[in-house]
Amino acid sequence: MSRWFKHLDFAAMALVAPSLLAVMVFVYGFIVWTMRVSFSQWKGLIPDYTWVGLKNYLELFSDPRFHVDIRNTVIFTVVFVGGSLVLGLLLAILLDQNLPGEDFFRNLFIFPMAISFIVTGVVWRWLMNPATGSRISGLNQLFDLLGLDFLINRWHTTPIWGIAAIALAAIWQMSGYTMALYLAGLRAISEELREAARVDGASEFQIYRYVVLPMLAPVTLSAVIILGHISLKVFDLIIAVAGKQLPLDVPAIYMWQITFDGYFFGRGAAIAILLLLVVSLLVIPYIRYTLTHKAEI
Amino acid sequence: MSLKKVSLMFFSSVALLAVLLTACGTPATPPPTQAPQPTEAQPTEAPTPTQAPAKQQVEVFSWWTAGGEAEGLAAMVKVFQAKYPDIEFVNAAVAGGAGTNARAVLATRLQANNPPDSWQGHAGQELIGTYVKANQLQPLNDLYESEGWLQVMPETLIPLISEGGKIYSVPVNIHRANVLWYNPKILADNGIAVPTTIDEWFAAMDKLKAAGVTPLAMGEQWTAMHLFETILLGTLGVEKYNGLWNGTTDWGSPEVKQALENYKKALSYTNADAASLAWQDAAQLVVDGDAAFNVMGDWAEGFFRSLGKTPKVDYGWAPVPGTVGVFQFLSDSFVLPVNPPHPEAALAWLKVAGSKEGQEAFNPIKGSICARTDCDKSLFGEYLQSAMDDWAKDIVVGSLTHGVVANDSWKTEINNALGIFLADLNVDNFQSALVAACKSSGPCQ
Repeated sequence: MSRWFKHLDFAAMALVAPSLLAVMVFVYGFIVWTMRVSFSQWKGLIPDYTWVGLKNYLELFSDPRFHVDIRNTVIFTVVFVGGSLVLGLLLAILLDQNLPGEDFFRNLFIFPMAISFIVTGVVWRWLMNPATGSRISGLNQLFDLLGLDFLINRWHTTPIWGIAAIALAAIWQMSGYTMALYLAGLRAISEELREAARVDGASEFQIYRYVVLPMLAPVTLSAVIILGHISLKVFDLIIAVAGKQLPLDVPAIYMWQITFDGYFFGRGAAIAILLLLVVSLLVIPYIRYTLTHKAEI
Repeated sequence: MSLKKVSLMFFSSVALLAVLLTACGTPATPPPTQAPQPTEAQPTEAPTPTQAPAKQQVEVFSWWTAGGEAEGLAAMVKVFQAKYPDIEFVNAAVAGGAGTNARAVLATRLQANNPPDSWQGHAGQELIGTYVKANQLQPLNDLYESEGWLQVMPETLIPLISEGGKIYSVPVNIHRANVLWYNPKILADNGIAVPTTIDEWFAAMDKLKAAGVTPLAMGEQWTAMHLFETILLGTLGVEKYNGLWNGTTDWGSPEVKQALENYKKALSYTNADAASLAWQDAAQLVVDGDAAFNVMGDWAEGFFRSLGKTPKVDYGWAPVPGTVGVFQFLSDSFVLPVNPPHPEAALAWLKVAGSKEGQEAFNPIKGSICARTDCDKSLFGEYLQSAMDDWAKDIVVGSLTHGVVANDSWKTEINNALGIFLADLNVDNFQSALVAACKSSGPCQ
C-alpha cells in the first residue's frame, strides 16, 4: 500500500491526463472557438472568420426578438424558481410530519423528475390546449365540467404571460426534486434544536420561522442555483409545448433557429456566449462559496 | 486530501480512461453502420455474417413523415425497390412542417462532412442560396440528358433549379401555395359565394364572424408566413410581388404597407388558438366544419383524402382571393451531394425520383402534380387534375415560405419580423423590419 502511494502523484497525473485533455479540447477549446465565431461575420454554410468585433452582440441588444427573449427568460425564471421553491418547501414540511404513507408520497412527488422535459412538454401541450367552444379539451374542459369557467384561459398562447404557463409544467416536473433537497435539509436539523425552542416557549410557526428556515438557507441556495441554470437554458420543454413561436421565444431557441434555419453562425455564437456568461454569473460564485465552506467543515 | 477523496479520484480516473480507450479503439474497426466495402472485408475481424453479399444502401433525407407525404414517399420507395432490389433504402426523414427541423440536422451533417446520399430541398433559392453557394452539390446536366428529362420537364422550372446553366436538383413534384380551402356547406348555409378579390373575402369573413363561425383557420408561425405571402401576392399583383425578391419593388412603399394592413385584417379573422395548432390541425378545422376558410398549400388535399373526406363535398378550393390566374408554386426536389457515400445508389434514387413511374406513384398520394408533363392525368383526383390545368395556363410565381424566392437567411429575418408582428400587430415596425431584412440578406442596397 505504501509503495503504491509513493507513485500516486505520477499515476494520478497519468490517469487524469486523457480526460483532462478531452475536457480541454471538447469543452474549453470549443468555448474559445465559439467566442471566436461570435466575433466573426460568418453567415451561410461556408465558415467566414472575418473579424467584426462586437457587431453581433450590439445587433442582439437592438434586436426586438432578443428583447422578447430576455423578458421571457426573466418571467420564466421568476415563476419557475419561485414556484418550485415554495411548492418544494411546502411538500417537504408536510412529509416531515411523520405521517403514515410518507414513503409513498415522497416517491409520488419526485417521480416527475424521472421524465424528460420532452415528455412533460407533450403531456402539458395536451393539458393546456387553449381551444374553446366545441373543441375544448384538456384542463379547460375539466374546468368547464366542474363549473369553474373563470379558470378557463389561453395558457401558453396568452400574450406576454404565456411563458408563465410553460413554467407551470416545469414546476410540476422540478418541485419534487426541490422537495427532496429540502427534506434532506429538514432531516439534518437536529430535533434537539426544536425541543430547545419549544422549551423557550416558541410556537410551531415561530420554530419554522426562526429556527428551521434559517438553517435551510444553504439548501435554498443550492436549489436556486440548480433550478436557475435549468431555467436559463430551457429549450426542450418550450419546443415540446409550443414549437418555434416568437411569443414563447428564449435565447436557446433563438440561437438554434438563427444558426440552423438562417445560417447566421456569428449571431448564434454570440447568443451562446451570452448564455454562458449569465449561467457563469450564477454558478461560479456558488462553486467558490461551496469550496470555501467545505474547507471550513 | 483525505484517503476517501484520493481513492474516489483514482477510480473515477480509471473509469474515464477506460471510456477513452474504448472510444479511441473504435475507429480501428469499421463502424457497423457503414456498408463494408467488398475489398476491405476482413472475415477474421468478427464472426458477424460477412459472407453475405454486401448490400448497397441509399440514405435519403427528407421531412416527409406524416400523412400524405409519408405515404407518397413509401409508394415511390416501392417503385425504387422493384427497380433496384439490391439497394437498401434508408429513410432518414426528420419530422417538422416545411422541413424546419430537418434543415438544422442537415446543416450539421454537412458541416461534419457526413452528407446523406441525397436530400430533399425546395427548388429555388433555398438550394441555390445555401448549398450551391457552399459548393455542396454536383450538377446533374448529364443525368438530365441521358434520361431525357429536359423534354418532359416544364421549361419555366429549369432556370429556377439551375445556377449558371448547371442544373442542381431533380424535382419530383409541383405544389401550389396560393390555395384557399373552404367548407362548401358553411359557405352555402351563410349565402356566401367563393370570394375572388380580397375585399369580397373580407366581406364574407365579416358575415361569418357575425354568424359565430371561425372565418379563417390558421396554425403555428410558419402557416402565418404562408398566409402572409399569399396576401402579399394578392395585394401587390404578379409584377410588384416578383419585384420584392429581385429588388425592384421597394419594401417601404405604400403598396407594401397596404398589403401589410390587409394581412393584419386577415389575422383578425383567425382562430385564437392558432399558435397551438400544426398545419394539419388548422386544415382539419375546415373539413370538420369548425372553420370556413384555410389558406394552405395543396398538400392539404392529400391530407384531406387520408382523412377520408370527399372533394367538393367536404372541402372546396379556389385561388387565394386576389391571385386568380396566378400559380404560386413550390417544388420538392432531390440533389446529389459532392461526396455521396454511395454514388451509384444515389444516382439510382435520382433516376427513380425523376422517372414517370416514380412521379406517378408519388404525386397522386402526396397531393401534388408531377414535375414531368407526361404523367397520366387519370391517375389523379379531381383537385389535382384542375391544378394540372392551371399549371399549364397560369402565370407562375415562387413561394417565400417554401424556399423559391428568398434564401434561408433572408427568410429567417422575415420570419423574425413576422413573429414580432403577430404579437404586437404594429404595421410600421413590421414594414421597417422588412426593409432592414432585404438590406441585410436580400438584393436591396
